[in-house]
Formats: sequence, C-alpha cells, structure tokens
Amino acid sequence: MANKILVFLEQRDGIIKKGSLEAASKAVELSGSLNSEVSGIIIGNEISNLDDIKKVGVKEVSIYKNSELTNYSSSAYSQILIDAVKGEGANYIILSNTSLGRDLAPLVSVKLEAGLVVDAVSLSVENENLLITRPVYAGKALEVVKITTDVKVVSLRPNVFKAEFTDNSELSIKTNDVSSPNLSTKVTEIKKSEGKLDVAEADIIVSGGRGLKEAQNFSLIENLAETLGAAVGASRAVVDAGWRPHREQVGQTGKTVSPTLYIACGISGAIQHLAGMSSSKYIVAINKDKDAPIFSVADYGIAGDLFEILPVLTEEIKKVKE
Amino acid sequence: MKIVVCVSHVPDTATKIKIASDLKSIEQNGVSFILNPYDEFAIEEALKTKEKVGGEVIVLSVGSDSNKETIRKALAMGVDEGVHIKCDAQIDSFNVAKALSDEIKNLGAELVFMGKQSVDYDNGIVGSLTAAMLDYSIATVCVAFELNDNSITVEREIEGGREVVHMTLPAVITTQKGLNEPRYASLKGIMAAKKKTISEKVYSPIPNQVDLVEMKNPQPKNPGRIIGTDASAVPELVKLLKEEAKVF
Repeated sequence: MANKILVFLEQRDGIIKKGSLEAASKAVELSGSLNSEVSGIIIGNEISNLDDIKKVGVKEVSIYKNSELTNYSSSAYSQILIDAVKGEGANYIILSNTSLGRDLAPLVSVKLEAGLVVDAVSLSVENENLLITRPVYAGKALEVVKITTDVKVVSLRPNVFKAEFTDNSELSIKTNDVSSPNLSTKVTEIKKSEGKLDVAEADIIVSGGRGLKEAQNFSLIENLAETLGAAVGASRAVVDAGWRPHREQVGQTGKTVSPTLYIACGISGAIQHLAGMSSSKYIVAINKDKDAPIFSVADYGIAGDLFEILPVLTEEIKKVKE
Repeated sequence: MKIVVCVSHVPDTATKIKIASDLKSIEQNGVSFILNPYDEFAIEEALKTKEKVGGEVIVLSVGSDSNKETIRKALAMGVDEGVHIKCDAQIDSFNVAKALSDEIKNLGAELVFMGKQSVDYDNGIVGSLTAAMLDYSIATVCVAFELNDNSITVEREIEGGREVVHMTLPAVITTQKGLNEPRYASLKGIMAAKKKTISEKVYSPIPNQVDLVEMKNPQPKNPGRIIGTDASAVPELVKLLKEEAKVF
C-alpha cells in the first residue's frame, strides 16, 4: 500500500517557518523508504516564501486561506487539518514541534484516532516501520518508540534536522478559500517580546549565569549575542533571582535547546542546565572555576574571568565578521 | 464551579537518570519523587479561581499508589479533595488523557488546569489530548489567565512573544512558569490534608498507541579542552569557532 505523508507547513506573518522546512525536507528524504508521496498543507493567508517549499523537494501544496487565519486558532486550524488529512487519505502527518505544533498536533491526533509522538530528534525506517527517537527527562535519556495506529502524527524538534535543498522545479499549488473558519478559540493579539530571537529557535545562544554577579552585567552577554546574531539565554538561578525573564531560561524547567553553538558564561552547570543544552553541536564555556561541571560538556573552555574575556571575544568576533 | 487540577508524580529534576536493565524504564532506587514543578502553577491558579468565583477544587493523578504522596501535597496547598486514578501499567499519553477525561466527565468539571508538561516524559500533549477528548476549549503554555463569567482570556508563551487568546468554558488550561507564585503548604494545610478524602478509581488501559522500543543513554559528549585561563586565549577560540565549528 502506498503511504501518503502530509507535512503541516506553519506560517507566521506569512512566512513558512524554518522548522517546517526542516520537517518537509526530512519527509521528502524518508518518502522513498516509506514508499510514499509527500504533500504540504498551509493554513494562513498570503505566503511570501513558497519558493522555499519547492527547494526542499515538496511537489504539491494546498493552501487554506482566509484573512482570519493569519493568526493561530486551535479550533479552526485543527478542523481544517483534520478534514484535509481525511480528504487526502494521508497516513503520516509531520509537523515542527513549535509552540503551535505542540498545541495543534494532539487535537488532530485524537479526532483521527492517530498515535502521536512529539519532539523527535531522529527518525529511521525499518521494514517500512518508522522508529522515532526523542529525548526524555530533558535529555538525560532518550527513548525509541513506534506508533501502532494506521494514521501517525509526528512532530520534529526545530533546529535538529537540516533543510536540504534539492533541484526540484515543480510545485503545484492548490488554493482553497475557507469561508467561515471555526474561531471559537481565537488569537486577538500578539505581544512581541523585546529580545529579537527565541532560544528555542536560535542557531547560536549566548547564555549567562550567576557568574555575571548583577543583572546589569548581562549587557556583556547581550553585546556578544548581538555581534553573533544569537539569542540570549539564562540559567535558572538568574531567572529565579529576577534578572532575566523566564522565556530565556535554558534547562529542565526552562527550554531544552540544540543550537549549533552554545556559549555558557558564568554558568557552573547544574544537572538541570546540562540536560537542557548538552545536545548543542558546539559548546563553549567561560567560567572562573576550572572544576565547574559545565567544562565536562564543553568543546572549548576558557577557565578565566568573564569580565575580562567577554569584551575581547566580542571585539575579536566583530573583526572576523567584517 | 467545579475545578479540576491534574498532577504528575515525577523524579526530582536534580536526579541523575539511570536506565534500568529492562531498557524500558529508569532505575527507581534512590530516586526521590516530587510534584511536577509546572503543576504547582496549575494548583495555584485553580485555588485563585476558586477564591474568586467559589466552588471546589479536585485534584486528579493517574499512576501507582505512590502518586498519593503527590496528591497529598496538592491537598496541603489547599485543594479540597483528591481522586487517585490507579493504573500500574506503563501507559502512553493517550491513555493518561483518557483516564483524566473519563473522570473529568464523571465529575462534570468545567475548568481544568494542569502543568504544560511533566518533567519526566516531556511530551506536553496531555492537556490538548484531554481537551480534544472532552471537546473543551484548550490553551497551552499559559502565563496569564482571566475568567469572566463564561469567557476566558489567556496569554500563551510562543516563540519570541505571547499570544492573547479568547475562548469560552468549558476549557483546559496548561500552565507555564510565570503564571503565578505558587503558595507554600502551611503547617495547618499539611495537617488538614491528612483529613481530606482521596478516593480511588481504577483505570483499565486500552492498548498503547505508542510503543516503547527501548531507552538509551544520550551520546556522551567528547571531553573538551580548556584552551586558556584569560583573554589571551580568545584568538585561539575564535579560530576554532571559525575553522572547526564553522559558525562564521
């Protein structure tokens, strides 16, 4: 039996998110071993980067349009997605594990009687069975699971899979105008936070901890982050002390992150923090105490005074980037 | 109003996790269990809501007998009564949501709070699954909550900001740090909790939709190196970031 994979392509402000392109790319890669076709679904209004979808190898996409669908509505989005899955006879639904994806996927899976696995960091196929690996205990362990139902819903952790560009040159676009979406649950406003980048989505994170001594010294972290185009992260200690907002907290009761580069400054490395960031590709630690646990996960460490090192590091990187 | 709060009984976040010899569970010896940290915000919001609109707060927890300790903690914080939904089998999130939604229906509760995720399996989907099974409104990862008669306004934490969401009762709300400051259980609360009722229901699971194949340890990080002790190491670090890590 041929399988059909439907990738939910999440848009914000009319732009398909990077995590969704990663998910689409992975779906295209697995389509051979799963003996399946891949198509995409977008719920929103005007989309400005349809070309990116073509580049990752998707050949067919349906857009469900209405100006009221620009922002997320769990009631409207779930209904549209459920109807689309049934209409297309899809048996795999792939999403990116964003805040929207995690809210939406379970609503869809219950109504489709489909098993759901979220936050996958690795996917493989054995005899047409999909094996899904995901972190548990904030990354202190991994579990390998499989879904036993006919229809399967899987969400992929952003920033882990790479969006591979192909030479695909065809993309057929089907536009469906949604006449009266179910807006019983509705987003009326989005309050953007001051920091530009979110730690969960950033490619580079510069994090600070107690070693910064005072809230105002976080300017050292912010300057380095700005130079690198990175997000600012924080340890639990400084969030609990009220120096930084909780949305920046990295660790077991904050966010679990896997950026390409994680720079930990003045963070000793409590077990909860290490769990949340040790799957980063490269880790740099700057800390006075050479015995701090953070050095056990760091690729490169400087065991010295961050007040002296950070300004120099910021300047040096500026020079290299010029 | 009848308000339900759902809690998980999870290993302390300071615990080292060791995979047991069956490769399907963790070593329980020496692991202390706590009330799931995100559920504290759910309990606090349920109690605050009761203080505002009246009614009662009932705590539910699905799992083995040891979950009663965690139910007791919620009672000590001020929750009125508890229901232990007994299930010793290793069940998936779908089963947990089914056990909860059956009992929520049975109680006729209109408003349900639970933590945005439990810090053991980190799924963060039980809230939405439960809401879908009950056909209730849902908002996950909430950092602000307001109830006016039948209508609810919440703020959800999303990437780079917050979404203001409007919806109506009945509803499931999952709670995030920042929503409130959970109260401490007073000595009086702890004493009172001993006299409160915990009733027991037995849940017979349906076959899991998600099967655990095995648990694994994460790939150990290669031991790194300390390249210096002061700012003179910075050029070397920048060179490594450029040439090895290729980040710029």
